Amino acid sequence: MKNTAKKWYDYLWVVSLTYLILGFFNILFAWLGLLCFFIPLIISITKGSKAYCNKYCGRGQLFALAGGRFGLSRRKDIPKWMKSSGFRYGFLLFFFAMFFLMLWNTWLVFAGAKDLRTVVTLLWTLKLPWHWAYHGTLFSDGVAQFAFGFYSVMLTSTVLGFVTMLLFKPRSWCVYCPMGTMTQLICRARNAASAPKSL
Amino acid sequence: MPKRKAVIDTRTCVACGCCMKVCPRSAITIPRGICAEVDVALCVGCGKCAQECPTSVITLEVKE
Ligand code: SF4
Ligand code: SF4
Ligand code: SF4
Repeated sequence: MKNTAKKWYDYLWVVSLTYLILGFFNILFAWLGLLCFFIPLIISITKGSKAYCNKYCGRGQLFALAGGRFGLSRRKDIPKWMKSSGFRYGFLLFFFAMFFLMLWNTWLVFAGAKDLRTVVTLLWTLKLPWHWAYHGTLFSDGVAQFAFGFYSVMLTSTVLGFVTMLLFKPRSWCVYCPMGTMTQLICRARNAASAPKSL
Repeated sequence: MPKRKAVIDTRTCVACGCCMKVCPRSAITIPRGICAEVDVALCVGCGKCAQECPTSVITLEVKE
């Protein structure tokens, strides 16, 4: 009955932390972050569940640890507007728009229309020099540009999540996490599509 | 003594599973990835889930 025994997937926060650290040494590791994009999507599309969030997500575990075990969270209620569907869907759209902009910039570098910029963009505006994590690539410069862009996305969401972890409950990021919102939407759509059959 | 049970506002629940992870009785499931559900037969009203829920949508209510 008790579920206090730790399972293997309760340690996936180690993977998330390692990912963030690796980005400081070689930016090309950022490509691995695609796993945190595709795994939740595949699970929600094929299984119709949020098992990724509910069990495997290392990022959520990281916030739970830092905010919970290490007591870095005020543990206050998140403001009402932040849990409204308007904000959640709005943030998802904004996140997507920024993501496509990043893909577009990557494409321009691939196509040779733009030069590689070895910066990590924090919060979509702050350009942090990151050349020390770049040691060249065997492939096109675009491969590296994508790594910088993707790592920017991951670092930005970690920073945002960390701030809301401090202010509100440890896993406040999960309230407006684009992956969480998107997988819930997919599950809703799947369920709406399959509901008439089960009636 | 009246028994208290966890009640979830399913419309605002984000199905993150934080509640499910901390429940000592495994009373919570998220069957379709849409929202969490409490098995009232298992719930002992400890309130751990309510404390953990990042959306703060769990309340403890007296049943019957
Ligand atoms: S909502 Fe986002 S951060 Fe939270 S568990 Fe799901 S994917 Fe991870
Ligand atoms: S912790 Fe709160 S928001 Fe997350 S699944 Fe449980 S009830 Fe829903
Ligand atoms: S009140 Fe306690 S027993 Fe009931 S669902 Fe929440 S964590 Fe589980």
